Amino acid sequence: MPPILELRGITKRFPGVLANDHIDLTLNQGEIHALLGENGAGKSTLMNVLYGLYHPDEGEILIRDKPAHITGPRDAIAQGIGMVHQHFMLIPVFTVTENVMLGDESITNGVVLDRKKVAQEIRDLSVRYGLEVNPDLYIKDLSVGIQQRVEIIKLLYRKADILILDEPTAVLTPQEADDLFQVLRNLKAQGNSIIFITHKLREVLELADRITVLRLGKVVGSADPKSTNSAELARMMVGRSVILSVDKAPAQPKEVVLKVEHLTVRDPRAGDAVNDISFEVRAGEVLGIAGVQGNGQTELAQALTGLRAVESGRVTILGHDTTHATPRQLFELDVAHVPEDRQQDGLVLSFPVEDNLVLNEYYRPPFAQGISLNFKEIERAAAERLKEYDIRTPSIFVKTANLSGGNQQKVIVAREFTGPIKLLIASQPTRGLDVGSIEYIHNRIIEKRDAGTAVLLISNELDEIMSLSDRIAVMYKGRIIDTVNAAEATKEALGLLMAGVQQDAAHAPEISPELKTEMQDEIA
Amino acid sequence: MTQATATSIPPATLAPAPRANVWRSILDTLTIPVLAIFTALVASGLIIAFTAPTVLELLPTFFQQPGVVLGTMWNTVITAYLALFQGAFGDWGAILQAVQTWSSTGDATELWRALRDPFESLVAATPYIFTGLAVAVGFKGGLFNIGVEGQLFAGAIASAWLGFAIDGLPWFIHLPLALFGGIAAGAVWAGIAGLLKATRGVNEVINTIMLNYIMFLLTDWLLSDGGPLRGSAGAPRTPEIYPTAYLPRLLPDPVRFHWGFFLAIGAVFFVYWFLWKTTIGFEVRTVGASPTAAKYAGIAVGRVIVLTMALSGSLAGLGGANELLGLNHYMVAAFSPGYGFDAIALALLGKSNPFGVLASALLFGALRNGATRMQSVASVPVDIISVMQAMIIAFIAAPEIVRWIYRLRAPAQQEREVFARGWGG
Amino acid sequence: MLGMVATSVMRRTTDVAQQRRWISGAVIVALGLLCLWFFALQVPADMVSKYRFSGGGDAIQLPVVELPTSTTNLILAVLLVAVGILHAARGIKNSGVLFGAVAFFLLAIFLTWSIRGQSLNLTGLLESTLIRSIPFLLGALSGIMCERSGIINIAIEGMMLTAAFVSVIVASYFDNLWLGLAAGVASGALISGVHAVFSIRFKVDQIISGTVINIFAVGLTNFLNLRWLTPVQELNDSGTFSKVPLPGLAQIPVLGTVLFNQNILVYAAIVLMFVVNFLLFSTRWGLRTRAVGEHPKAADTLGVNVFRIRYTNVIFAGMLAALGGCFLTLASVGRFDKLMTNGRGFIALAAMIFGNWNPFGAFGASLLFGFMDSLQLKLQILTSVIPSEFLLMAPYLATMIVLAGVVGRVRPPAAEGVPYEKQ
Repeated sequence: MPPILELRGITKRFPGVLANDHIDLTLNQGEIHALLGENGAGKSTLMNVLYGLYHPDEGEILIRDKPAHITGPRDAIAQGIGMVHQHFMLIPVFTVTENVMLGDESITNGVVLDRKKVAQEIRDLSVRYGLEVNPDLYIKDLSVGIQQRVEIIKLLYRKADILILDEPTAVLTPQEADDLFQVLRNLKAQGNSIIFITHKLREVLELADRITVLRLGKVVGSADPKSTNSAELARMMVGRSVILSVDKAPAQPKEVVLKVEHLTVRDPRAGDAVNDISFEVRAGEVLGIAGVQGNGQTELAQALTGLRAVESGRVTILGHDTTHATPRQLFELDVAHVPEDRQQDGLVLSFPVEDNLVLNEYYRPPFAQGISLNFKEIERAAAERLKEYDIRTPSIFVKTANLSGGNQQKVIVAREFTGPIKLLIASQPTRGLDVGSIEYIHNRIIEKRDAGTAVLLISNELDEIMSLSDRIAVMYKGRIIDTVNAAEATKEALGLLMAGVQQDAAHAPEISPELKTEMQDEIA
Repeated sequence: MTQATATSIPPATLAPAPRANVWRSILDTLTIPVLAIFTALVASGLIIAFTAPTVLELLPTFFQQPGVVLGTMWNTVITAYLALFQGAFGDWGAILQAVQTWSSTGDATELWRALRDPFESLVAATPYIFTGLAVAVGFKGGLFNIGVEGQLFAGAIASAWLGFAIDGLPWFIHLPLALFGGIAAGAVWAGIAGLLKATRGVNEVINTIMLNYIMFLLTDWLLSDGGPLRGSAGAPRTPEIYPTAYLPRLLPDPVRFHWGFFLAIGAVFFVYWFLWKTTIGFEVRTVGASPTAAKYAGIAVGRVIVLTMALSGSLAGLGGANELLGLNHYMVAAFSPGYGFDAIALALLGKSNPFGVLASALLFGALRNGATRMQSVASVPVDIISVMQAMIIAFIAAPEIVRWIYRLRAPAQQEREVFARGWGG
Repeated sequence: MLGMVATSVMRRTTDVAQQRRWISGAVIVALGLLCLWFFALQVPADMVSKYRFSGGGDAIQLPVVELPTSTTNLILAVLLVAVGILHAARGIKNSGVLFGAVAFFLLAIFLTWSIRGQSLNLTGLLESTLIRSIPFLLGALSGIMCERSGIINIAIEGMMLTAAFVSVIVASYFDNLWLGLAAGVASGALISGVHAVFSIRFKVDQIISGTVINIFAVGLTNFLNLRWLTPVQELNDSGTFSKVPLPGLAQIPVLGTVLFNQNILVYAAIVLMFVVNFLLFSTRWGLRTRAVGEHPKAADTLGVNVFRIRYTNVIFAGMLAALGGCFLTLASVGRFDKLMTNGRGFIALAAMIFGNWNPFGAFGASLLFGFMDSLQLKLQILTSVIPSEFLLMAPYLATMIVLAGVVGRVRPPAAEGVPYEKQ
């Protein structure tokens, strides 16, 4: 039987980037084909080409053995292709029915929308695939997991039988992800063909019938999940056998710098995003916060850095109560913050590099005298930081938007790491960066730790957490479910914790024995 | 898509050495504004030609006598624009003659009369400088202050009241007091919109529109029969202010040129210094460029928004005070021919740069002033200037049109300032 | 777990809602007590307010209603207080109903007080209210059409002004009102077409594009008015559409005069309100329009042509605003005057926001603003203590208050003002 879908030599260029380089891919009827790759490997670009959102520079697409010309989503839909985008394409103020029927409306009496008929169809589909979706509810009232099911119903309603899911588990809790896998197996059993995009190995091995690995816009290989393992896939994905590890000496923790007690942060959409959390970070250690995205890590970082209101609880930094401190007050306490969203929060992209290098410090000497800015000092400091942090830019007057992602992040690092920082809060410090930049930033973080800075590292990348942290706290649904010693932690154990599975009482002690003796020394 | 945006940011390109390209970049920045003005002049010329009654009468005979018709059209436009430019920059023949009379007889009356027009252009430019700066400051802070007209009124009313209600002050107290009254009133009126944005998240555009109309009606009421600020004269206006509050004129009658112009120049330098040389200005620009990054950088975004709005309003208010204390000396309902609305064109034309605004204001002042002469000499209504201004904004806002007309290549990267992000609720 | 989160969110929102309800209830009660004190108890007991319902020429003459000012207002104020208490205790869900009730009582009290010792033709007042609300309604419908698809429209004023001018000059020249109307509407389509091209194709900031159109319209109409209409007065005399009494219905007392004895454009506006509402919420086009205004990318991924929807809507919006402009000339005064829209386009914008981007809501707001407008004219004759300017301010103030979320809450389309970029 010929494949239901075949991509031949798809090439897509963006200014300065070859996103897809002659990619070949086939999808057989009734299989789940996983497309595996790191962030930036070109997976989403490829699927957007298939769905008609991008137009390929070269290559052809065959559907059911016939060449297909897909110039827009309308063509893709007509060919039976449906796509669940990484960011849901749902209208919050519409009902499920309205979202599903949009673009393919049922009409009665010549012009009137037939909401009843579509709602019934949704109920039928819902029963058939075990989706449990109520068509009359508004999207804004649904959980993320249910919203994703609405996306799937949108495809089924259009009779799509080639389903593309782009990183569908990124926003799901492990429980929701398992439910999704069940739904996908159901869909497969009824004859649908599925392309599943992910960068998570576990999912691929659990779900896929066939695996294609992309790296830097190229297909680097295929694998059969039955005869491969995580290590091999990881090697193909990253391009080298060892997963990133950082050379570091054992931590020398000293006094408590950050103390968080019963912190609760509320999110207007999701209730208690952070729920009664307590922990400490000491000078000279890295505490990593691990967890599946969306379990309260973002809100925790924002609350600690003064960007989000604290509901209850207490935060103390070096003895100062900073529960309701502003970002400026925290900066004055020598707290540095590498924000999660560097382009939104960390930088003013339309400003020159020099301004961004002093964005947190412009208001005080030597950069300002009274209210007047001292440009000589700003330029001097900027040039210095440029050199010290190896930021690749032609000059400090270049607009920051013109720098590459890695260099942009280095601008933030240069700004935040300068000076005697006592506490560093780093959120997703290497997301979307190339390997070189990742290594650079990792080394800098460890340098700071060794210089006596307390580091709170928040990352969705478990590898990053494991290679940098001295202790690891795992967040699940707004709580810290457990804190383990990094030296004794295994990936499997952490994975279980991230999925919300609490281990027995005899877990790794929160404070290591050496630490205890040190504390006693200090008291004495 | 997220992957694409993450990787498609072009790597830092080697920027050319800055000095060598200064002229080139100045030329690049000037191309579009200059062409926009030129195109607007041509288009307005066509409107003038095709709407002239003489041309309309001849138009049906176009195919019999095309030369005559085209000639008439050409003459119409030339007469109009000649009057416009003479009005704007002075009739230099008359001026030279007056100089001769003056040197031979010592009588300068003629000379001052001849010099009235070019100076009047500066007088007309003065309120434009203030209002243009007001809009520009808002733009820099990411705010669209469409309520400059209302703030101008607020400033004028306040200074009028302080001007006529207090008697017996020496001028060096009375005049500054009246000016500061104007500044404060403008700041408060704009500050309301700023405060509502900072505390309730309401978009400033809609609120400043509403505040404009409230201010116009408030003015009507204050000046109405029995209204609190109504003067004794039969017309709806305030009493005349005391001479101690006058912004003094600098030259003999009939030249109306007054100190307000230098106040405006001072404001240009102040705004430049404030925005680019001070920490608060840095905060204003940061909030304007990225409110989220500003918040992260420790800037009190709400406070900066209110401050930006208040500063913008105070410039508008000072503009109103300046116009009242320097020229009218009493408040009327038809106080402004739309300085506050034209200011949007000025700020765009000047790219929100204070010196750019100054240049645009001088141009618009000259056009406005020249248009008066155009109306009387060539009977082309002054309102063609508004049409011209609208077209200039349009061409500046959509440079693609200008590039298409003149077959210019698009620049490598395009910047687009988006001021509006919905009404916000 | 999910359920728990959901209920805790709900609990909190109800807490907040309850708090807001108490505050607004208390405000209403306070207003009622204020009215009670000033408009009822301060009025001498023997004063009478007379409401007339029939004009001199009406076939059926209704009796004049004589109300004792103090007692009437006492009752009305007590009812207002009751509304406040009811809202605080039980909560009146529909904010339109609540707002309508409060506005009704306040206006009734104020009106009764203003005409103490005098008489007022209420039918006349209501008729002029409707007529004055029509341009607001048409302008607001224009705004709704445009903004529901995600394009901000602050150029309603300019579109109305242009159409007012064009309609008069064409109608006068050809001596044909219908031709004038058609030309006016076409001019609206043309000018909003410019707004569409600027906003959609060139991605110009929509506020700037709107401002350009407003400045352009003011300039051009003033220019041409002086150039053409002032010298040739015959070009500025279009005549007006005459009243078309609906057979049977027009004879109903009060209601017939107010509703069923109007000119064709009044009927058209009311019908259009229903049409727009139907289109928006019950048809494919409406669903797509709202989707494009909320989340254009989502619509695009489902094969909806975002650009086409936006172009269509903006151009139709221009035609609706133009109809409002034509109303000011062809259905009222029959001539063009400089700046004759006089801010009505912005009141229409206010009505759109006030009505939360819904046609019926916008009509309610238009009626309210129209009533204020006619009331201030009447009160100028009756010499009230409240200056007419303050009544005219009401639409603007009300909009600011609503936007600030003090009373009620409005929600603009989410994607408004953001140009859509296709990959």
